[in-house]
Amino acid sequence: MVKVFERPKSLTEKPFHYCPGCTHGIIHRLVAETIDELGIRETTIGVGPVGCSVFIYEYMDLDFHQASHGRAPAVATGVKRVHPDKTVFVYQGDGDLAAIGTAEIVHAAARGERITVIFVNNAIYGMTGGQMAPTTLVGMETTTSPFGRNKETQGSPVRVSEMLSTLDGAAYVARVSVHDPKHVIQAKKAIRKAFDNQMNGVGFSLVEVLSTCPTNWGLHPIEATKWLADNMIPYYPLGEFKVPTAPAKVEGEVE
Amino acid sequence: MAKILMKGNEAVGEAAVMAGCRYFFGYPITPQSELPHYMVKRLAEVGGVFLQAESEIGAVNMSFGAAGSGARVMTSSSSPGISLKQEGISYLAGAELPVVIVNIMRGGPGLGNIQPTQSDYFQATKGGGHGDYNLIVLAPASVQEIVDLTIDAFDLADKYRNPVMILGDGVLGQMMEPVEIREVQVNVPEKTWATTGAKGRKPNLINSLYIVAERCEEHNLRLQAKFKQMAKDNIRYEDYLADDAEILLVAYGTSARIAKGAIDRAREQGIKVGLVRPISLWPFPYEHLAEVAQKVKSVLVVEMSAGQMIEDVRLALNGSKPVDFYGRLGGMLPVTSEILREIEKLAKGGRSNG
Repeated sequence: MVKVFERPKSLTEKPFHYCPGCTHGIIHRLVAETIDELGIRETTIGVGPVGCSVFIYEYMDLDFHQASHGRAPAVATGVKRVHPDKTVFVYQGDGDLAAIGTAEIVHAAARGERITVIFVNNAIYGMTGGQMAPTTLVGMETTTSPFGRNKETQGSPVRVSEMLSTLDGAAYVARVSVHDPKHVIQAKKAIRKAFDNQMNGVGFSLVEVLSTCPTNWGLHPIEATKWLADNMIPYYPLGEFKVPTAPAKVEGEVE
Repeated sequence: MAKILMKGNEAVGEAAVMAGCRYFFGYPITPQSELPHYMVKRLAEVGGVFLQAESEIGAVNMSFGAAGSGARVMTSSSSPGISLKQEGISYLAGAELPVVIVNIMRGGPGLGNIQPTQSDYFQATKGGGHGDYNLIVLAPASVQEIVDLTIDAFDLADKYRNPVMILGDGVLGQMMEPVEIREVQVNVPEKTWATTGAKGRKPNLINSLYIVAERCEEHNLRLQAKFKQMAKDNIRYEDYLADDAEILLVAYGTSARIAKGAIDRAREQGIKVGLVRPISLWPFPYEHLAEVAQKVKSVLVVEMSAGQMIEDVRLALNGSKPVDFYGRLGGMLPVTSEILREIEKLAKGGRSNG
């Protein structure tokens, strides 16, 4: 009998602690599958965030750093400068990367650090109790925007991929989603490219992954995937914003 | 061995290179900027990495990543920048990472100014960041001592897997003195805990998170045992004319040098005055100070602050002697004549009012 589907070697046996319907588990798996495919488990060092995925080091069977809130790209810079021959990736949520860690991600990209960033955007702070994130959509209700995000007083959501793709140092920037199987497959391809780029010495690569948070959105997991498709994708269009050789394509899907 | 004339800030850099440091992450701030200026050129010569970060926060976290990856690492700043680094320093202590941190102190609070002070003593020795932790804090008083202590700092950081701070001030950073540049036997212990890729072993984790309270207490108790050992093994001080002293000055760094000048002048007048200069501010030489102070009539603490180290002096003496204070603030330096005046007051049986 041929085994056609199994647990990636780069994942540990530990069950994920994520809420039902949360897509962190899918994204962890995609990263682990990519590392397995590239055969780099023993030469990869991860840097984890603060937030829901703070325990990523317990799920991935790799050397890991647990960074302070928002600082993972700076920590990864230190790791990569010491180990330029190793693959270094960062896993961050939108509170971590797009609010407190804005300076660190912008300058890691500007320097063209040869790291891979997996940026999970679910438009909310999950672990701390569903507060408004920089990525929260206008009108979206959260525990700190209970009347809906007010554009006048709370501003507009930050489009991280578009912003970073303006930097010369960013070699590859793509936004993908994992709300249905088709998009999961596309997301996997983008993550693979982001790791390939690093191994080819191309430069800074970031994949923004639109993700659900049924618990803090107050939605059933299935409703949450639909909400993502209907509300997040119009504001956060999918596609490759920067690729190493060709000029940036703002619209269209990955491949 | 030949001596060369070096600026204090440059001497820190050269000593770091001598000690095998090949990674420096910094951010410009006066009055320590000569250190990054020196490191960018010197590390290029020895195949190291100099990186100017986006902020002090970035620099300390890059240091976290590099130290966790097994390298000898230095980061430097001056007072306001060191405040920004405090979160990172707490994480370094929690994750037990060896990084040498240099603070060339300037005026505060807030933006203060760029003149030399000693007003970060509390921050350096009593924590600075959140949580129960300690740094070894070494306070040089000459450019040569900057070299010697910086070299030691790297060994101590690796020995204890703990951040070590070199606490200087704008005078020490900016002044030039002859220093002996010597060959250093660099012995970096094997770092089996570092992230190098989990090849043929279980993954290594650099972490300060212990979500279960029992585990976090265990972690803290283990750290406390380490800090206790660090405190026991690393007390450093210098005594100057302290044997027969009736008045004892306590000062460190630049203020200790100025105090020595005042002591010499007081001795010319026949006043028996001496000095204990703490070199390790953490651990503080409590017992030594208590012992020396037994024979004296009064104690005068001299600092370039509103009086911070004086609290440790009082703890050491535990009420056994009167402890007076003379300090200058905001980047003003005490001068020998002012300190001499305070010594003369004490010699006449009066009190120094600072």
